[in-house]
Amino acid sequence: MLYVPVLILMIFSLNSGSLVTHWEGVTLGWYGTAFLNEEFHAAARNTLIISVTATIVSTICATLAAIGMTRVKPWRGLAAAFMVINLPLMVPEIITAVATLSFFALIAGAFGLNFGIGNLILAHTVFCIPFAYMPIRARLEDMDLTLEYAAADLYATPWNAFRRITLPLLVPGIMSGAALAFIVSFDDFTITQLVAGPGQTTLPLYIWNQIRRPMTPEINAISTILLMVSILFVAVSFLIARRRAK
Amino acid sequence: MKIAFENQVAAPQLPSRTAYGDNQTGTHLPERAGFLNGVIVPEQPGKNAIEVRGVRKVFGTGENQVAALDTVSVSIRENEFFTLLGPSGCGKTTLLRLIAGFDFPTAGEILLHGKDIAPLPPFKRPVNTVFQSYALFPHMTVAQNIGFGLEMLGKPKAEIEARVAQMLKLVKMEALKARRTSQISGGQQQRVALARALAPQPKVLLLDEPLSALDYKLRKEMQIELKRLQHETGITFIFVTHDQEEALTMSDRIAVMSAGKILQVGTPRDIYDRPAERFVADFIGETNFLPGTVVSKQAGVATVKFASNATISAGYPEGFDPTGEVTLVVRPEHADLVPDPAKGTIAGTLANIVYFGTDTHYHVKLDGGGENFIVRHQNSRSSAVTYETGVKVGIQFEEDAARVLKD
Repeated sequence: MLYVPVLILMIFSLNSGSLVTHWEGVTLGWYGTAFLNEEFHAAARNTLIISVTATIVSTICATLAAIGMTRVKPWRGLAAAFMVINLPLMVPEIITAVATLSFFALIAGAFGLNFGIGNLILAHTVFCIPFAYMPIRARLEDMDLTLEYAAADLYATPWNAFRRITLPLLVPGIMSGAALAFIVSFDDFTITQLVAGPGQTTLPLYIWNQIRRPMTPEINAISTILLMVSILFVAVSFLIARRRAK
Repeated sequence: MKIAFENQVAAPQLPSRTAYGDNQTGTHLPERAGFLNGVIVPEQPGKNAIEVRGVRKVFGTGENQVAALDTVSVSIRENEFFTLLGPSGCGKTTLLRLIAGFDFPTAGEILLHGKDIAPLPPFKRPVNTVFQSYALFPHMTVAQNIGFGLEMLGKPKAEIEARVAQMLKLVKMEALKARRTSQISGGQQQRVALARALAPQPKVLLLDEPLSALDYKLRKEMQIELKRLQHETGITFIFVTHDQEEALTMSDRIAVMSAGKILQVGTPRDIYDRPAERFVADFIGETNFLPGTVVSKQAGVATVKFASNATISAGYPEGFDPTGEVTLVVRPEHADLVPDPAKGTIAGTLANIVYFGTDTHYHVKLDGGGENFIVRHQNSRSSAVTYETGVKVGIQFEEDAARVLKD
């Protein structure tokens, strides 16, 4: 039942008529229309720039944080740091969105600074960190510490032990974390909607704008493409996670 | 078949002093053969590979402090198969980790060929470890695992390849060198772990219960294999186990540990025949404990009287002065049954007979009460007397069978 609306959405992306409620026949024409649509191109480009950058930066931050919180002697404020990293998961997204908006407005007002699309990248990076962090930390905690002892025992300096043993074994966790971060950034709406300036329309925002006008199956086609990308990344993340369980 | 280990076969000439020990006195100090927690250590010929001096290791802080090692001193000689034996939690693994460098002592020194290595990180110690879980690197092949240590030491590629080949041959794993470590059996993983630890030619090899994960038959095989490897490589082995049989069959010397202390150091025969304390006698092999009273003593032999008024002479460890009520220990195989109760030193009723194939255990309920006394009798084709449960029997002791021990 849960997937019926999604299924209907996908089916109507193939509708040859121009209504999303009345079925007339099968066509791939709306996909063609979407691919030729300049606005769609711009939105897709923005989305990719933001998502890819946010994914890379947040995954690096998450990896460093996870190592700092599992491989270093317990330090004061460890629990607090864990809270801070996971905060974006607990705070309602609209609150984060409003707070982020106010923050950028404040900076712009006080220092005259505006990073353009950088604002969005920064916001996305921050809320992607906990999603990237969790699989990486899980992988680190599962890892047999004896392996790192063995490396040290075999004359590996701490850096070499990390480079040759910990990091290669951590790769599946990092990939899984990056895939999650990408999806979260890719389909974020609430925060993007508030923070995005003119010309910074992402795909979710584009769809939102389109449905306020008379809808054509082109929207269904674009939504389906978005869905497929998300499914692809979820699948990649899942496959990596399953492989590491072996 | 000897595998050539440059420097290592001729281990007595190891460049220990030039490389590690700068002072001869440091190397020879332990030969003072002193007390270890009150236990006399036998005279020590030859040089020491490892000297542990007054090492203490405390975990936790404040009220939660636990002394895992309580001021332990022990010397381990070059080329020795030395075993740390004790029940779990006795501190044997802690001591091994301190020697490896995974933990640092709260107090005391650990000397390797006369040089204090206690403050060095593990990657700066010429000591390698075989882990209980093997800890093979799962993303590398068998050959890559074995070559890892040499690679980290920055050895040239040709030398690494030659040594890996040599190691593969030594542990008979040539055919599987390209396999992932997850694609080989437990026994094979064990061999790879050994080869990996031996490849960099450590001064000392540490083995942390390496056989505990193997089934009985494979364990027996690996025991022989380990002895062979130690013999062929001439490397000092420090072996940790809780299995007394393993310790007795494999070791040159054994240190028996309990509650963070070393109770006795000696050859397997010393430990078994002349246990220094009640714990040692109890932990290693089966032992009967008999209460008695010391009536006289002379030159290390005490005359002890039983409740039945029978007397027996019993040796006791040096540095121990038995008086009054004492406990005697007698190994089950050092006593024998006699059909006539009057002819035995002590007497009782045969409560139970347990047949083990190679030998038979007779459980005797002593007339004076207390725990059943066990007599072990080697089975042969011509066992003259057969006993039945319920009959009265006497127990005779072989000469030197009984010892008085500290409780």
